[in-house]
Amino acid sequence: MMSMRLWKIFGGLKLPGFKSMSMSQATQPAPLPKTLTLPLKQHIGIDAEPVVKVGDTVLKGQMIATSGNYVSAPVHAPSSGKVTAIKKHRIPHPSGIETDCIIIETDGEERWVECKEHSNYRQLDAKTLRDIIREAGIVGLGGAGFPSFIKLDAGSSNMIDTLILNGAECEPYITCDAMLMQEQSRKVIDGLNIMRHALQAKHCIIAVEDNKRAAHTMLVNALHDHEAEYIDVIQVPTLYPAGGEKQLIKTLTGKEVPSNGLPINIGVVCHNVATAAATATAVLEGKPLISRYVTITGEGVDHPCNLDVLFGTPFSELINLCGRNSHAEQFIMGGPMMGFEISNDDVPVIKTSNCILVKSENPTPDYIMPCIRCGQCAEVCPAQLLPQQLYWYSRAKNFDKTQDYNLFDCIECGCCSYVCPSHIPLVQYFRFAKTEIWTQEQEKEKSDIARQRHEFRQFRMERKKAENEERKRQKRELLKKVNKEKDNSEDAKKAAIEAAMARVKARREAQHTAQENTDNLTDEQKHLIAEIDSRRKKAKDKS
Amino acid sequence: MLTTIIAIATLAIIFGLVLGFAAIRFKVEGDPIVDKIDSVLPQTQCGQCTFPGCRPYAEAIAKGEADINQCPPGGEAVINELADLLGVDPKPLNEEHGEHTDKTVVYIDEDICIGCTLCIQACPVDAIVGAAKLMHTVIEDECTGCDLCIPVCPVDCIYIKPVTETISTWKWPLPGSSLNAEKESS
Amino acid sequence: MSDIHSSPYIQNNETISRMMLAVIYALIPGTLVYIHFFGFGVLINIFIAVITAIACEVIILKIRHRPVKPFIYDGTAVLTAILLALALPTLTPWWLAALGAAFAIIIAKHLYGGMGYNPFNPAMVGYAMLLIAFPKEMTAWIPAETHGLNFSDTLNYSLFEILPAGMSYDALTMATPLDSIKTQLSLGYTLDEIHNSSATLFGNIAGYGWEWINIMFLIGGLILIFIKVISWHIPAAMLGSLAFMAMLFNFSDAGSYSSVSFHLFGGAAMLGAFFIATDPVTAAASTKGRLIYGAGIGILIYIIRTWGGYPDAIAFSVLLMNMAVPMIDYYTKPAVFGATGKS
Repeated sequence: MMSMRLWKIFGGLKLPGFKSMSMSQATQPAPLPKTLTLPLKQHIGIDAEPVVKVGDTVLKGQMIATSGNYVSAPVHAPSSGKVTAIKKHRIPHPSGIETDCIIIETDGEERWVECKEHSNYRQLDAKTLRDIIREAGIVGLGGAGFPSFIKLDAGSSNMIDTLILNGAECEPYITCDAMLMQEQSRKVIDGLNIMRHALQAKHCIIAVEDNKRAAHTMLVNALHDHEAEYIDVIQVPTLYPAGGEKQLIKTLTGKEVPSNGLPINIGVVCHNVATAAATATAVLEGKPLISRYVTITGEGVDHPCNLDVLFGTPFSELINLCGRNSHAEQFIMGGPMMGFEISNDDVPVIKTSNCILVKSENPTPDYIMPCIRCGQCAEVCPAQLLPQQLYWYSRAKNFDKTQDYNLFDCIECGCCSYVCPSHIPLVQYFRFAKTEIWTQEQEKEKSDIARQRHEFRQFRMERKKAENEERKRQKRELLKKVNKEKDNSEDAKKAAIEAAMARVKARREAQHTAQENTDNLTDEQKHLIAEIDSRRKKAKDKS
Repeated sequence: MLTTIIAIATLAIIFGLVLGFAAIRFKVEGDPIVDKIDSVLPQTQCGQCTFPGCRPYAEAIAKGEADINQCPPGGEAVINELADLLGVDPKPLNEEHGEHTDKTVVYIDEDICIGCTLCIQACPVDAIVGAAKLMHTVIEDECTGCDLCIPVCPVDCIYIKPVTETISTWKWPLPGSSLNAEKESS
Repeated sequence: MSDIHSSPYIQNNETISRMMLAVIYALIPGTLVYIHFFGFGVLINIFIAVITAIACEVIILKIRHRPVKPFIYDGTAVLTAILLALALPTLTPWWLAALGAAFAIIIAKHLYGGMGYNPFNPAMVGYAMLLIAFPKEMTAWIPAETHGLNFSDTLNYSLFEILPAGMSYDALTMATPLDSIKTQLSLGYTLDEIHNSSATLFGNIAGYGWEWINIMFLIGGLILIFIKVISWHIPAAMLGSLAFMAMLFNFSDAGSYSSVSFHLFGGAAMLGAFFIATDPVTAAASTKGRLIYGAGIGILIYIIRTWGGYPDAIAFSVLLMNMAVPMIDYYTKPAVFGATGKS
């Protein structure tokens, strides 16, 4: 392993780590819960669609919801059992809104579905490999949940320069990636190899913050000799947010991802180490993504630790397992800088739950003072934005100006809010502005459609009126023509009358030619019939 | 003295000719400002602005016959955009025309509907599907919440409901706290 | 719904009051030296100004229906009052400091929207108002260490405008070193002659007494930079451009233009550089902007001191650059990450 040149990033903060408290023991699998609640949306993109019904028995690893759309991911049953309901349930989200979930009652037997291994993945082409990874439900486990198979597409060039595995884990309290790298380093490297094959990457880097010495050592030791030629395990300076994708790429390669662009634009792809490990499990063992390492930590639990948790396990069970104490007042999914508060701990662990932080409420929150324009926020912003200006314009709801100041480049890391002496909740202003802008765009689209419908409706009314007029006009013309013909020829009238009478006669005759009930007649009846017939003939000849 | 008069008169004639020529040569058909105003309005077609639809309101604003603060469904955002577009000062919504409320849609109670088609004729965006003596139903995605169908229904079977909020439509609220030292505390 | 709080859920311990307190502590060494050379007048002025400022702020906050406690405890009014009092001459009636403080808080700060919203430095606005409205009181300074007034004498004058027997106001007061240089230069004397003419006015590197005060303010300011309460850009730019201008002109004609050290350690240059120009609310926000802002102040100070109508120029230079801040901010937006696409 050679030492690489590292670049400095602008801004950032040195934060207290609080990491050793949850790294004192090895990661254990969490006990199997009675009920598993699987939301249909645990990723960025469209909801998955259920393929099971209430009452179905499912096996461990069986696909229970499929992904139709391109940006979506399937969901698999984390354990064997029975589907007891498909209904709305709370999920971990700042809004507290309930969404559709599949609820499975576990039977404790943990029977696996049939798994197809692909240890010969190097013979597969990139598209097949991506399909395997998609079908295994693998999404970005670093926190965003973007379906990973999309980020394993090298695009038209069919190869990329650098593949980076993000093991930085810069946020305080969270240690799940560190433990994974320590305990399953070989799996992480196997995953890296699979991703490298899919992307045909020239150079691979695993980035680890320099406060994770054990993880770094374990990874280096797990490298096979030939792998060390193209894989570098690099220590990056411990700084928040060194683990942000764009910041990490700048640190390792010196290149800046263009604002409003993606890393693939500069030939780089970045995945989380847990995603790599999940990819290895999916491809080499054929097992889909059904569990992840979760850090349960904070002053509200007596025994903070990491657990290997099945998706759908309720937060409350995990917190109880780790020793819930009297300080457990506030529950945060994620870290203290970028996580979100959940009001009720009866929510399930989902694919993006990397940490459950349990702490007490702040005793005396400070007043929010006006902005004193001190500029500290701009000094720490890793995206080199001007949080002060974004704050002023977001507050004034002047959303055009916020976009002039590159609002959508904000990675919501929270450094600006952390240093603000006036305690202004800056990140919340930016999140407010972003969701308002998206809503305005959606409403604009809707109003454009409504205008089209309204204009078409007016066009339709005009057309109807025009058609009515046309029909009336034609009728009037016809009537006029008929009247004209009436006046002009008497003969024609007579001929018409005669023709009509002839038609009537012909019809009557056609009715009378067929005589019925003529069998078994008595002589008297026959005589009567003959008389009637002769009388009729006489009448007809007269007319 | 005479030369001054002649000089200024000549200049006036020349400029007059230039302006007249430009007025004819560079004339713009139609009124593009009306289109721009119309694209800002929310297209609810509710008539709360006292005009029969968003386009007539846009035309009235362009002619100066209507003020920019008469659209309740558009609310503050539309007033600010119109003020920006026309270069005037934004003003608060004129409450006489109604309040700005959250977006709503309507739905028909199918047990009561008698199939009279009056609501279909009333809907400005054709969001109600149905025919005479057959069931009528509202296409929720197309409904703009204008509420014009409600008064015409003879059996009062149309009700308003708020648009259901989903994860993808949820918005972060503006930070507001009793601890905000900038807010008036009275 | 508005009770939803977003991340981050941890915060550092910095507050506005801590910042203001640090600045006030940094002012103490200079103030003590000031009292040593010029008597207790400055202490009385500080006291009067602080009381007036807090009283005015409480009244205005109540009228505006704002919470009173957080704004009083954050220390910004106190700092404004202290800076104003340090800018005033020491032998002044009490109403001068009170009027200045009231004007600064009510008109310059709250009329524009309160803390964080004022475009002009409140202390400098108060000083400028007093200078223009009461030029006689504001230009009557006493020389260092030769006045013979003790605390009760000064208090007597401040409250009742009564001087001890045998002393008269005009005999006691005189111009500042900067002021007298200006008048003497216009009369045709050279700098060497002016400096040698009065030992009471001129010290080793600058005005007598004033040079020590400025040195102590310099030390205080450096401490503030070290503990990261203020950034180095504005003081460095201001002192740098002032020194540069002084050097340029002094080099060309040492007889008519004062030396660099005279400008840097004379008048209120150090106080202005580290305590007045660095007021975050009224200064530029971006780094490049701050350098331009500081440089502008420095150049304006030199121009007004040398060719302008007033002897000391800190207040007017700061106010003039405050006017330019929105434009400076607009034109010095830093490049966003990824804007150029290269490192």
